[in-house]
Amino acid sequence: MERSLFARQPSVLIFIALLAVFTIVMVILSEGFGLGLVSTSTIKILGKTLCLCLVAIAMDLVWGYCGILSLGHFAFFGLGGYMIGMWLMYERTKDIVIASLAGGELPPTSEEVREAIGSQIFGVVGGSDIPAIWYFADSLYAQLALVVLVPGLLALVFGWLAFRSRVTGVYLSILTQAMTLALSLYLFQNDSGLRGNNGLSGLQNIPGLTEVPQSVVSVWFFLASALALGLGYVVAAWVVSGKFGNVIRAIRDDEARIRFMGYPVEAYKLVVFTLTAVIAAIAGALYYPQAGIINPAEIAPIASIYLAVWVAIGGRGRLYGAVIGAATVSLLSSWFTGGQVPSIPLGFYTVNWVDWWQVLLGLGFVLVTLFAPKGIGGLFDRLVRKDAAS
Amino acid sequence: MNFTTKMKIAGAAAFLTSTILTHSATAAEDTIKVGVLHSLSGTMAISETTLKDTVLMLIEQQNAKGGVLGKKLEAVVVDPASDWPLFAEKARELLTVDKVDVMFGCWTSVSRKSVLPVIEELNGLLFYPVQYEGEESSKNVFYTGAAPNQQAIPATDYFLEELGVEKFALLGTDYVYPRTTNKILEQYLKDKGIPAEDIFVNYTPFGHSDWSKIVGDVVALGADGKKVGVISTINGDANIGFYKELAAAGISADDIPVVAFSVGEEELSGLDTTNLVGHLAAWNYFQSADVPVNAEFIEEWKAFAGEERVTNDPMEATYIGFNMWVQAVEEAGTTDVDAVAEAVVGQKVANLTGTEAEMLPNHHLTKPVLIGEIQADGQFDIVSQTEPVPGDAWTDFLPESALLESDWIELKCGMYNTDTKTCVQLNSNY
Amino acid sequence: MPRIFYLLIAVVIALAPAYAQDADLNSLLETHQAKIEKPSRRTIGPVLDALVASQLPGVAVFLEKWREKDLWQRKADGRFFFVEKADGGQLMLIDVGSGAEAGLADKKDLKNLKPNSGVRGVIAGALVQFQLSDPDPERRLQALTALERDPDASHLSILRAAIESETDPAIKARKERLQRLLTIQFGSDQQTRVAAIESFAGDPGVDARAALNPLLSTSVAVFNEKPDEDVNVARLLVPGSDIETEAAYQLLVDAGKARPIVPLDARKAALVENIENGMVAGIPVAELVTQSARDRAYLALAADGTVPPLVTKEEQRAALADHVFAEVYAEPDQVLTTAARETLANISGTVGFYQFVDLALDGLSLASIYFLAAIGLAITFGVMGVINMAHGEFIMIGAYTGYVVQQYIPNYTVSIIVALPLAFAVAFLAGVALERLVIRYLAHRPLETLLATFGVSIALQQIAKNIFGTQARPLTSPSWLDGAWVLNDVVSISYIRIAIFVLALAFLGLLLFVLNKTRLGLEVRAVTQNPRMASSMGINPDRINMLTFGLGSGIAGIAGVAIGLFAKVTSELGSGYIVQSFMTVVVGGVGNIWGTLAGAGMIGSLQKVIEFFNPSNTLAAQTYMIIFIIIFIQFRPKGIIALKGRAAGD
Repeated sequence: MERSLFARQPSVLIFIALLAVFTIVMVILSEGFGLGLVSTSTIKILGKTLCLCLVAIAMDLVWGYCGILSLGHFAFFGLGGYMIGMWLMYERTKDIVIASLAGGELPPTSEEVREAIGSQIFGVVGGSDIPAIWYFADSLYAQLALVVLVPGLLALVFGWLAFRSRVTGVYLSILTQAMTLALSLYLFQNDSGLRGNNGLSGLQNIPGLTEVPQSVVSVWFFLASALALGLGYVVAAWVVSGKFGNVIRAIRDDEARIRFMGYPVEAYKLVVFTLTAVIAAIAGALYYPQAGIINPAEIAPIASIYLAVWVAIGGRGRLYGAVIGAATVSLLSSWFTGGQVPSIPLGFYTVNWVDWWQVLLGLGFVLVTLFAPKGIGGLFDRLVRKDAAS
Repeated sequence: MNFTTKMKIAGAAAFLTSTILTHSATAAEDTIKVGVLHSLSGTMAISETTLKDTVLMLIEQQNAKGGVLGKKLEAVVVDPASDWPLFAEKARELLTVDKVDVMFGCWTSVSRKSVLPVIEELNGLLFYPVQYEGEESSKNVFYTGAAPNQQAIPATDYFLEELGVEKFALLGTDYVYPRTTNKILEQYLKDKGIPAEDIFVNYTPFGHSDWSKIVGDVVALGADGKKVGVISTINGDANIGFYKELAAAGISADDIPVVAFSVGEEELSGLDTTNLVGHLAAWNYFQSADVPVNAEFIEEWKAFAGEERVTNDPMEATYIGFNMWVQAVEEAGTTDVDAVAEAVVGQKVANLTGTEAEMLPNHHLTKPVLIGEIQADGQFDIVSQTEPVPGDAWTDFLPESALLESDWIELKCGMYNTDTKTCVQLNSNY
Repeated sequence: MPRIFYLLIAVVIALAPAYAQDADLNSLLETHQAKIEKPSRRTIGPVLDALVASQLPGVAVFLEKWREKDLWQRKADGRFFFVEKADGGQLMLIDVGSGAEAGLADKKDLKNLKPNSGVRGVIAGALVQFQLSDPDPERRLQALTALERDPDASHLSILRAAIESETDPAIKARKERLQRLLTIQFGSDQQTRVAAIESFAGDPGVDARAALNPLLSTSVAVFNEKPDEDVNVARLLVPGSDIETEAAYQLLVDAGKARPIVPLDARKAALVENIENGMVAGIPVAELVTQSARDRAYLALAADGTVPPLVTKEEQRAALADHVFAEVYAEPDQVLTTAARETLANISGTVGFYQFVDLALDGLSLASIYFLAAIGLAITFGVMGVINMAHGEFIMIGAYTGYVVQQYIPNYTVSIIVALPLAFAVAFLAGVALERLVIRYLAHRPLETLLATFGVSIALQQIAKNIFGTQARPLTSPSWLDGAWVLNDVVSISYIRIAIFVLALAFLGLLLFVLNKTRLGLEVRAVTQNPRMASSMGINPDRINMLTFGLGSGIAGIAGVAIGLFAKVTSELGSGYIVQSFMTVVVGGVGNIWGTLAGAGMIGSLQKVIEFFNPSNTLAAQTYMIIFIIIFIQFRPKGIIALKGRAAGD
């Protein structure tokens, strides 16, 4: 039998250990559970960053290992967020509505409760009927299942159609981009049943836990995100390490040859595409309760392009590369747009980082692709090799 | 494999990140921090950067006058980048990391709804300076822009009374403000005896640029012999394409008048308005208002931001909000949010159109409604001005909202059901 | 004393307008001062009537000046004047009645009266009779326009009288058309009205339909057994199919012919009112948590007679069956309504045809915009296999170049002529720079080019924002491109769109020429098909790549000027077109100009067709279009026009 996963992929163990240490340190420093040195807002940012790292791993799997440059994986991420958001929003509203209707002289009927929930949630889009797609919204377990099922099915159908007709390369990239654009445009419509441009909001308030302060909730989600990232990393490492991993890498390097060797290339690609969509959806389902609001702009094509850029910067074809890329870029972004970086007065002109960060970021992409084609992870590799040599 | 070295590096990196992210937790005590939460990049930057500049100008002026409570004001500018979740994140950062005492910010309703849960949780204070759809009143927000009854309803009355419009095209960008406003207007028009088939509603995406078909549809509405008027809640830069198409189609304001709720001097500065002369906008302020205090404001603005810059309604709203906050802090003698929030209600500030704005217990302002006709120079001729109208948080024209009332002084509730005499919820709807 | 004098005049005017001829216009205005100062469409009518009836010589001039917002009022005494600019920033007052100069005044002592457009319309209506036979054709046209906007019965005779003397054939035709329209609405005898109605058969004008439709306005009425003899019935309505049963029943209720239904909330209110000791009709309140329980309680109350009983379904059905519902014309004359209906049916056929033409024009226009935006991309993508995400920013660069040129050259025509080649040059240089500095090094890594150019794209966007600010900048078209080519009220297309169409056509021709007839084109095609072979034949692929990339970018720059002219110039201008452009290229087929043309044509017309079927939801139209494209690519993965053989890449 083969050696164990950790023996084949020592970086997994290192990663898990680092992640565990980081998580524990942060919890100890947090406001909710520890010394209060790290603010709740930082914990939230870090928790969200971990989710972004998870979706970056999915992206790395599908692009870095299997060679499918999907420019639509944020669609799955967003759908995951929407699915959990439906439950969060419905239940929270239900609590409010029941509390308020209880003040009436007659106890409310279930129709009245439903109607009140409907007008509370859909009032902003000018409706009061609860659309059919909200049928399971009052069940956490059903919505959790949908987090996996809806994006998974979408990926399955889309991937089946695309791979079946042998759409590859940049065509596939553009097709996936079209998919996420179509989905976001659809959701932008007010009658899409998911509140149009308003999206689902107030997601940070967990139903039934209104008494728990955000400083504590944020740590829970931070822990959950860390756990998901760790698991996702292990699963991804397991996928890429065995025979399956060899095949998908071979598909990346020469698809035609593998097909001639008798491998069902389309099936392999479909499995990877769907699996990564599911991972992305889980990441999304953890991300949006921390972000507080999800709306269709989240799944606009540019988000998925950024995702690819993170992976490229981090270094594709290495799982930790994806993590490094996502974490670095999103944390730097958050820092530079936070208004805390001092401006640089040049006398004739003052460099305001809020204005120039995007320029820096864009040129950064160019420089990384030109001079560090393997990304930051590639530099890391060199470091490790030197270590090993010495 | 040198495991421990890597551990150390990683640990140091993690610690570094955390210190960077929390570095300004210990703020200097001798300033009052003012958070500015306007998008400086992305699609909304076109409108919001102006308001950021306005706040910075007002802070500079206030500091020149000696600050507030003897302390200097310090602006903390962040960029939520037109990204709605980022608004929540930045608001939390402003409140917990920068520890600002007040925030001025948001433009779109979605961004406000994104920020609401955060400021209600952390008990922050936000002045929101843009006309909006109403149906909300938060303890922590002061709405210094117009509610529908201070803009949409009077403008519709003007259409009905003064222009004799019998058929309405409600064109809007597809988001909550146009949707809710149009819902209120539809009901209002029906109450006024306009049949449902004479109300044409159309929504377009943000940044829509291909208007020929829609303009053609509007012209075709005139086929049953009724005078057609357009009520436009088209937002942002989509207006430019719309007006260009309107001008190209040769639609005169005398044939099909268009009244816009989101088009001001700023939006017109990207346009040649000679073909749009006579179309209308409804606001609570126009740069052309002939009042000394306005002339002074315009002069200061041009000196601050540049000679070619114009002023507009959300800027006036920011101006009023800022001054109310300053007065309230002086009156309360502290920047404590609860004390200030209570002191803001009842503050009176001279607005820039010659009357006085008063903050009501429902956290909305009294505002005069002005209707202006577009001039060839991109300014507005004011053709109608009312006395200040008190802003209504919950509209009277939708049956389910008519029951609701907001009063943060007497009732201490933003969503009070006058029928059941209970407070529906203390937090707002988001 | 003077007040009594004025009062006397006012009384005289009011009592005997004929005598007012002798009165002064100024004093007449003074009597109506308040209403002239703050006019409203609703209140101005009597004032205008009095002015017109006075037949004073200055009235027409006064009304014109008033309408043009050229009337001023002295704040001190409320007198009205016209003004002329005088030296020293002062204004020379002109007496309204005599036209004589009446001394200088400071601007701040005067108030400019600006009636709103509703009032101006009414004033224009009052001016009609003065202007309709005016020697100046401009004034006659003004009067006609005012009349078209807001005619009333009194205008018909004035208009008829003014046709005879008309010398200008165009104005005469317009007058005659208007005369027929007014006859339909206000004509006195049936025959001429029917003739006027029928004369509009096949006329797609909105005004014709606007005159005809009101004749056919209907209301729903309810009758006991059959419609009354004297009403003009449009059609009978069957409850359940032509009219909803609820609405029909409500009509009966409104007519007092049936008992009102007790609505749900009224029933709930009734239950609340009848709560006694925590019970309603013997049922504990706590049990009323379902609608059926509440219904039971209500029925129990109704049985006691405390509340009005419910209207049963059977009762409703019976009431509906006993009555007849019909749509009834407001116009009692059946001959007229029949003629109007037939003429309108005829018109709608014509309108349908023209709508199709208009839709086709719209689609064509959209397609040419997509083509212009995408063709540069198609070239670079086709020749080099490079996805240039910064393509949209080259479009933006072109648009901003146009804007900057207009800052220096105020003449719009000249500035556009300068801007087009300059935009090409600037974008060409930017493209060459990008190719030399970045893309060259990524030659065999197309996916990484995508990322690098994306980086360039966001950097360029932000740089544009930092330079030009976030506000939209004006790019104004020359006045000869203002307006639209109007075939009739249904078919019209703005000149600017026609210009873009011509531009797209010109570029199509130019590119075809360059690629097929020049040395450069030959080399480009060679590199496209087989770079290695081409280079061994002595072609320098490096140079070709650079030139093609520059060419593609340059065309994007020109597209930027064109798009800026009809939409807006912002830093995000380009990013709005990038995804569309990609899809155009992919749907059309890579590496082929005809393919891009086909792709643009298909996407443009498809989008318009979907919009036509779903007019109130542009977003849905775009969604469906993209879904269509995704499905389309399933069947033709290489696009409409696919390259064959080795050039296809795999």
